[in-house]
Amino acid sequence: MKTPIQFHLNGEAVATFVESGANLLDTLRETVGDLSVKGGCWQGTCGTCTVLIDGVPRLSCVTLAEACAGKSVETTAGLRRGADLHPLQQAFMDRFAAQCGYCTPGMLMAAKALLDRNPNPTRAEVIDALCGNICRCTGYEPIIQAVMDVAGSDNRRRA
Amino acid sequence: MTVTIKTFDRLADAANALSSERGAHFFGGGTLIMRAINEADPSVQTIIRSTDPALQHISVSSGRVELGAGVTMAAILAERELAFLHPVARAVGGPAVREAATVGGNLFANSPYGDFAAALLALDATAQFAGGFGQRELPLEEFLGRRDRGTSLVSSVAFRRPPTDVFRFHKVTRVHPKGISVLSISAQLPVASGRIAGARIAYNAMGQTPLRAKAAERALEGRPLDAAGIAPALAVAADGTAPVDDAIASAWWRREILPVYLRRLLLGAVHT
Ligand SMILES: Cc1cc2nc3c(=O)[nH]c(=O)nc-3n(C[C@H](O)[C@H](O)[C@H](O)COP(=O)(O)OP(=O)(O)OC[C@H]3O[C@@H](n4cnc5c(N)ncnc54)[C@H](O)[C@@H]3O)c2cc1C
Ligand code: FES
Ligand code: FES
Repeated sequence: MKTPIQFHLNGEAVATFVESGANLLDTLRETVGDLSVKGGCWQGTCGTCTVLIDGVPRLSCVTLAEACAGKSVETTAGLRRGADLHPLQQAFMDRFAAQCGYCTPGMLMAAKALLDRNPNPTRAEVIDALCGNICRCTGYEPIIQAVMDVAGSDNRRRA
Repeated sequence: MTVTIKTFDRLADAANALSSERGAHFFGGGTLIMRAINEADPSVQTIIRSTDPALQHISVSSGRVELGAGVTMAAILAERELAFLHPVARAVGGPAVREAATVGGNLFANSPYGDFAAALLALDATAQFAGGFGQRELPLEEFLGRRDRGTSLVSSVAFRRPPTDVFRFHKVTRVHPKGISVLSISAQLPVASGRIAGARIAYNAMGQTPLRAKAAERALEGRPLDAAGIAPALAVAADGTAPVDDAIASAWWRREILPVYLRRLLLGAVHT
């Protein structure tokens, strides 16, 4: 059975039908066509499917799509403004914080969730914000550095 | 097979549906039940949801704490009055898991999950149930012993707020800052005239469900929290436990390290 739902995706209204029990990850990729969100495990363990729902990080693979009715969903597709990359995207490039890139969408959204709430995180806070996201090839240090680059300059000096 | 999702405004209606529908499961934050749905687990046929605000209710008043079953780990972390529980809530997954993972769901999470439920056991919590079936309130220990037998909807948990510095928690994990439990220990350690009076200790991942360390509790009674005072408790630390081998640790390893971490917790060498 399909259920009609409406929500906002990166600021734009979306109206679609979801299969009963469908998760948000499959709905975004296969029904809505937002391929910027990636799936790795579909078990809540890898973090690559992280999106923001009403501003907080959520694992889209273990989020019931129909529970997102009326909510605001953000994915990496909404990060850049025209030709301008989001500062986090630029910092990830500058720090070589992506190798295969598979973890990158989740890392970016987890980092955005932190910086939106706390623009001056400490290194420990950055590590905590990213701790649910697994990277298997870059290594975590360049990713942490990239987030610290975007964070407030006081903390950058402390890092 | 697709699942049927049923959403109810009132908890009582959700509870009735849960106990009358075949293959029905309640949906807390979904961090575990969504795995089953994604894998098309045939035992999950109907999902019962409720938008009843009672599920999100937090009350901390005159020594008593009540948490709606739908309260998330993130909501606990946002509540200053619950600071003694912050190390426990912070130990449940990363930030995205904590935004979804509920108190109610933790009571049903299989080992090695269940860190929050073990803390509630140490706090001598009771579980309240919605709907007209069975008892309305059960001590958590009794509930955990028979949780797989029923399809009851937990509406909230309640416990007496521990005096300052009486509650301690430590989680042993291979991955920092977040990792699944090798084991975790929660304890209420009230001291009167320099001696333990009525300790309550609970372990997670030392059995199928969180369990009390009753032998260690008895051995601590009337003793000071120093190396000599706690020695008898450490000797019986693993009594009554039944850990399992899993991908995180073997049962043997869990039994070996349990007294080491219990010692550190009792001597105050670790608090988180
Ligand atoms: C990456 C990752 C890391 C994790 N790390 C930890 C960890 O370190 N420690 C830990 O303890 N857990 C951990 N978990 C497991 C899980 O997130 C938590 O145990 C969480 O509290 C489960 O709650 P939930 O609301 O998501 O449960 P759900 O998935 O919604 O439900 C789980 C089960 O409980 C039942 N249920 C839920 N609420 C109720 C209710 N009110 N009444 C009756 N039945 C109910 C459901 O029907 C289902 O059978 C982790 C999970 C993931 C994905
Ligand atoms: S795909 Fe969602 S956490 Fe791995
Ligand atoms: S860049 Fe390959 S997994 Fe992180």
